Amino acid sequence: MGIVSPGFSGRRRSKANLPPGQYLVHDFPVLSAGPTPRAGLDGWEFRITTEAGRVHAWDWAAFRELPAEDITVDLHCVTKWSKLGTSWRGVSMDTLMDGVETSAGFALARAVGDYTANLPLADLLDGKAWIAFRYDGADLEPEHGGPARLLVPHLYLWKSAKWVRGVELLDHDEPGFWESLGYHNYGDPWREQRYWGD
Amino acid sequence: MARAAVLGRLSWLVARLADIRDETAAARTLILEVPGWPGHLPGQHIDVRLTAEDGYSTQRSYSIASAPSGSRLELTIQRLDDGEVSPYLACVLSRGDPLELRGPVGGYFAWHPGDPVPVLLIGGGSGVVPLMAMVRTRIASGSQAPMRLIYSTRSRDTLLYAAELECIAAAGDGVSVDVVYTRSAPPGYGGRTGRLDEDRLAALAGQRDTGVACYVCGPTGFVESIANLLTSQGMDPRQVRTERFGPSGGN
Amino acid sequence: MTDMWTDGNSLGGPLREVFSADITAAIGRCTGCGRTGQLAEGRVFDHSAGVVLRCPGCGQPLLRMVRGSGRTWLDLRGLEYIEITSPG
Repeated sequence: MGIVSPGFSGRRRSKANLPPGQYLVHDFPVLSAGPTPRAGLDGWEFRITTEAGRVHAWDWAAFRELPAEDITVDLHCVTKWSKLGTSWRGVSMDTLMDGVETSAGFALARAVGDYTANLPLADLLDGKAWIAFRYDGADLEPEHGGPARLLVPHLYLWKSAKWVRGVELLDHDEPGFWESLGYHNYGDPWREQRYWGD
Repeated sequence: MARAAVLGRLSWLVARLADIRDETAAARTLILEVPGWPGHLPGQHIDVRLTAEDGYSTQRSYSIASAPSGSRLELTIQRLDDGEVSPYLACVLSRGDPLELRGPVGGYFAWHPGDPVPVLLIGGGSGVVPLMAMVRTRIASGSQAPMRLIYSTRSRDTLLYAAELECIAAAGDGVSVDVVYTRSAPPGYGGRTGRLDEDRLAALAGQRDTGVACYVCGPTGFVESIANLLTSQGMDPRQVRTERFGPSGGN
Repeated sequence: MTDMWTDGNSLGGPLREVFSADITAAIGRCTGCGRTGQLAEGRVFDHSAGVVLRCPGCGQPLLRMVRGSGRTWLDLRGLEYIEITSPG
């Protein structure tokens, strides 16, 4: 740890009732590993590809016809900030997976560009994940992953791929963009699983 | 051509704030004493690390504003109202307080005082800071390399180093200074008010000898725009070195 | 809204924790498009879980870095080589 800087406190933060090592923020930091995609809705598509190669796809119109739900969740970013009680509207992954035949154990979320995030398929089901398209009462802005992002609040936020375009169902685990370079393969904030070996 | 010098690991040094100089209403120069300072080239920057009592810490990079001068270092901090670090450095840090920093960093955006090649410096807002280090070094070192500074700022109220730049311009010793006011110009200003656009840049940058070394620094949008204009006006991209301060020009 | 990137100069400090040379002035070649340039000219996205330096031509990651719990991970697969000049 460095020397203490007299009189420095940084942005407002508190420990509240948070996962270990996190602090509470009231703004919504924008993090990204690459440029913000600004393609319109015309070419937008969400695909689920099974381990057998079967593709289930929705364009924006079809996606928006699916039943959606309003949810309020806490967000925990591996860079240590947490934001509680965030409101989203999205289509549950259970809805999207309904009718998809698979025996795969793993999933890889793919976004515009080169970003990917992996997680067990079970962590996308049973009310644990959504494809979210509205945040805090408005259309999801590009900076926060709009038009639609994956939202998996029980894991660190890097798993909730912004600008998501699909999920691949796999028989084997395939580490994603950050999981292949030191970040924990699973990423449970309550067990502080930030890095390999944690 | 800047070389990637083999230097040795960088470590954090503890500097002390020796003195303060107010530049404008929102900018202040910190004069630091840095025991163990290895010296620097103008254009290089340092990383500053602040740590709160609960262990929370954050880092920012700041360009060195001063010419090399033993263990003394100057940083010019622009206070951003919603910044996390700049309000601390510009308003809270007091004489005698410690400040952790490491450097110097950066062999790409640096000027060697021994280099005789003419230099064109173009800075937007606080992007003028590393360029000012180059100007100050050119003067202190006795270099005769022709140097031209084009400095774009909103108004006289935001102009950094006003008095010093006036002296340098008047001295006529091979360093020329042109200030471009983008919002409002002071009374008596001869030029047009407005952005540094294609025509203005061509007029101010003058004829470019082959071999002029150009340094452009400021907010990302400014640097992108100027760098593109320079290359479209015939400058070889390899002659242009850039340093971007991010979308807001720092925090 | 401008994208949250800055240029490769900002990687100077963090990379000096790993290398004893100033890598930002080193020359590299992108495996994606073949562009050659100094790493300081790349685009750095460091408001992120880690740091990504992208090729200013094709956007491919040239270098990625993650630091945490006492370790640093570095991925240089986007660079065909890095050329560092020694002084003198």
